[in-house]
Amino acid sequence: MAGNNPNSTPMNLTLKVWRQKNANTPGQLVTYKVNEISPDMSFLEMFDVLNEDLLRQGQEPIAFDHDCREGICGMCSMYINGRAHGPEKGTTTCQLHMRKFKDGDTIVVEPWRANAFTVHKDLSVDRSALDRIQQAGGYVSVNTGGVPDANEIPIPKSIADKAFDAATCIQCGACVAACKNASAMLFLSAKVSQLAMLPQGKVERKTRVENMLAQHDAEGFGSCTNIGSCAAECPVGISLENIAMLNREYIMAKATSDNIG
Amino acid sequence: MILDAKIPEVVTLDAKIPAGPLAEKWEKHKFNVKLVNPANKRKYDIIIVGSGLAGASAAATLAELGYNVKVFCFQDSARRAHSIAAQGGINAAKNYQNDGDSVYRLFYDTIKGGDYRAREANVYRLAQVSVNIIDQCVAQGVPFAREYGGLLANRSFGGAQVSRTFYARGQTGQQLLLGAYSALNRQIAYGKVQMFPRTEMLDLVMVDGKARGIVTRHLVTGHIESHSAHAVVLATGGYGNVFYLSTNAMGSNTTAIWRAYKKGAFFGNPCFTQIHPTCIPVSGEYQSKLTLMSESLRNDGRVWVPKAKGDKRLAKDIPEDERDYFLERKYPAFGNLVPRDVASRNAKLACDEGRGVGSTGLAVYLDFSDAIKRDGLDKVSQKYGNLFEMYAKITGEDPYQTPMRIYPAVHYTMGGLWVDYNLMTTIPGLYAAGEANFSDHGANRLGASALMQGLADGYFVLPYTIGDYLAQMPAAKVPVDHPAFKEAETTVRATIQKLLSINGTKTVDEFHKELGLLMWDYCGMARNAEGLQYAKGKIQALRKEFWSNVKLYGVNEDMNQTIEKAGRVADFIELGELMVTDALHRNESCGGHFREEYQTPENEALRDDANFAYVAAWEYTGPESEAKLNKEPLAFENVKLTQRSYK
Ligand SMILES: Cc1cc2nc3c(=O)[nH]c(=O)nc-3n(C[C@H](O)[C@H](O)[C@H](O)COP(=O)(O)OP(=O)(O)OC[C@H]3O[C@@H](n4cnc5c(N)ncnc54)[C@H](O)[C@@H]3O)c2cc1C
Ligand code: SF4
Ligand code: FES
Repeated sequence: MAGNNPNSTPMNLTLKVWRQKNANTPGQLVTYKVNEISPDMSFLEMFDVLNEDLLRQGQEPIAFDHDCREGICGMCSMYINGRAHGPEKGTTTCQLHMRKFKDGDTIVVEPWRANAFTVHKDLSVDRSALDRIQQAGGYVSVNTGGVPDANEIPIPKSIADKAFDAATCIQCGACVAACKNASAMLFLSAKVSQLAMLPQGKVERKTRVENMLAQHDAEGFGSCTNIGSCAAECPVGISLENIAMLNREYIMAKATSDNIG
Repeated sequence: MILDAKIPEVVTLDAKIPAGPLAEKWEKHKFNVKLVNPANKRKYDIIIVGSGLAGASAAATLAELGYNVKVFCFQDSARRAHSIAAQGGINAAKNYQNDGDSVYRLFYDTIKGGDYRAREANVYRLAQVSVNIIDQCVAQGVPFAREYGGLLANRSFGGAQVSRTFYARGQTGQQLLLGAYSALNRQIAYGKVQMFPRTEMLDLVMVDGKARGIVTRHLVTGHIESHSAHAVVLATGGYGNVFYLSTNAMGSNTTAIWRAYKKGAFFGNPCFTQIHPTCIPVSGEYQSKLTLMSESLRNDGRVWVPKAKGDKRLAKDIPEDERDYFLERKYPAFGNLVPRDVASRNAKLACDEGRGVGSTGLAVYLDFSDAIKRDGLDKVSQKYGNLFEMYAKITGEDPYQTPMRIYPAVHYTMGGLWVDYNLMTTIPGLYAAGEANFSDHGANRLGASALMQGLADGYFVLPYTIGDYLAQMPAAKVPVDHPAFKEAETTVRATIQKLLSINGTKTVDEFHKELGLLMWDYCGMARNAEGLQYAKGKIQALRKEFWSNVKLYGVNEDMNQTIEKAGRVADFIELGELMVTDALHRNESCGGHFREEYQTPENEALRDDANFAYVAAWEYTGPESEAKLNKEPLAFENVKLTQRSYK
């Protein structure tokens, strides 16, 4: 039934999946066998198959987060064989396909782990801290209406492109999960750099970086010690340059702060 | 609301279209609407269900004006609403390219593209405010594509001969939504918006005939809660997942609008569904969703199949003169850029003739080799790089080397809650915005127009029209211990308990797949009376079976994804029946609604303007009785109805 793929021999796999009833109950890895898995299946489709089996056997399906299954909404979040979003570079969990695994493999699946992310259940975690960081300053303060014509703000293409690269962060939190300090600096730096590069965002650049960083720390994310595992695991390739830019922005803001109090 | 009750069966709806010339209606209306004075705005509460383009933009703007806003979404963050997945772009009549675009042309293209089943006044307003949207987004820092001179770039899209589409690589929806999300965050930080993620609306609450609140379930704790307000906006997106497989996100659903329908909001044109021509074909039984390859690809990709039936050679082994570039052949003026319904139907025709490609034969090629030869690999990858990558990830094939295989898939629902010019449903105080309403796209939506409509509704229309309603309403609040709320909570709890207690043998997904197949086979790209009748019986039987044999797990007071799915699929089954009823009653073909009995000799949709130039607005009459048909006649005062032609 597969596309034009020559390699479509089904696989049998062993899964070790983190099961945890809720935030207040300790969890553990539970072993499941899944058989006849097509290499063209996505990783989450493999979970669908497992969940349907569990349900038919009267067992509780595994809770996990997902929505778009196109690598863009940032909702999926599995820590697979010790890697955020699994073994394939530049790929979200939902876009990972079973052709990356071999028949007989054992796959360990855990939730994102970080102080700032509590486990809701099984593989689903609370990432609302990331929203709160955005609320601390990830915007340009303009109201609807009364703005200039779009072409009155020309922006060099190279800058627009760079800002775009930073703007593609999907807020998945893989950078946090991958970081041994559980720092959200890559995520934070993506927003700060995007807006600092654009003329629209320059006006508030100082207060923005200070407030967002303060929120980051208040949420219990760790600090950045320049290891770089965040960027290595980021599914959309947010670059470490953004952290460098964040640091410059922060130093500049501190030196000439607009923040009152 | 009800103007004329001469024929007892069919009620004619008043869309409250302002009088006067088309181009002046909206300006005049804005002047005539009543205003709530700035100091009083903080006395009014507005509930917005949905944080996509429509919901987030409405919420931010209403909060900026001073209203107290509560926003709900089922994802864990407002930014994950399905708008995030839109790829290709957003239309606006800026005419930056100086290629002859204008508000009128965008209006005209949209009316024609919708096959003359949309309301002129709404569409004109949409085209007018389109220009403000781009300004707003740029001011927020949305990084649209730019030319080397630093100005905004445009591309063209299906159904238009001008370049009016603004884009941000293949991630336009993401960038627009992040703009709206940032405006929303700013209001959350100010305390003007209260955000409720992972919270699903399960019922609408009415007091004295007006929408006054909702009942929700928290998806982590199972907590059932009431929220009261002076007006409720449903911006909950489309219902394409009634087909099980679609390009929509897994959680996209009809629940909010369906439950509002059951409380008395009329449902407009439920059978108008859009099948998108360029999606990655199904690869197996386990398939959970379909992935769209943006329509913008048709700017540079050429669609073809082998001329001969059953030609199983690889694409590269089929010589040029044995290929049929069927869109270019049949529609020389628009070529690969014909509207979606036309492109989809022609792909289906080619496959039905046995000329489909790939191992299933349910695919056609979308070939970039000419574009790569002409413009170079770099230019092509700059435009489409992320889409090519996504294609490669999913299929394991490299579209730079071998043509993409594509097939049509369910993508968008033009139908939705019926709304008047103010975007109010037939329930006072209940509004519907974005894909959840039926309003602007008639029987077929043009590419890049949904993002435009969502943001138009949210940033520029609702903030005026809701004010008009609230200005005429006392500020007194309805407490959430009012009997209407208590009753709705009780019903919601009882329904969940009922679902949990059935403990049958079939999972929710099994029911959903069965429904999806019925809908795709009989109410999909091509429909006929016999098939629709058959499907109707089958869906009714499926509903009975669902309520006696579905299998869930566990309890309500928990994160329980089986409850979420079951509620949604229960609603989809009922909606599926209404879609079939609607498709069966509309004895014509128009846009995405293609009734095989009504076609021209060239297989184009054959409209019946004398009998069907109206919006079908269905009214709920009870669980076991047929929905009742009401009509909004469509008057075309500014465009002439013609047979659509893209030749
Ligand atoms: C893959 C894809 C690509 C597309 N590309 C384009 C494009 O290039 N150009 C274009 O113009 N259009 C495009 N579209 C269409 C367009 O993206 C959508 O029509 C539009 O984004 C819908 O926006 P919305 O705000 O109405 O709803 P959505 O963005 O779908 O948001 C719905 C919101 O409602 C919430 N919700 C739903 N039900 C409930 C409930 N019961 N309780 C609580 N909350 C609920 C959700 O959580 C979400 O926040 C595309 C669509 C798809 C699927
Ligand atoms: S920076 Fe990358 S890994 Fe971190 S949240 Fe953004 S997309 Fe995810
Ligand atoms: S489910 Fe949306 S990014 Fe994976």
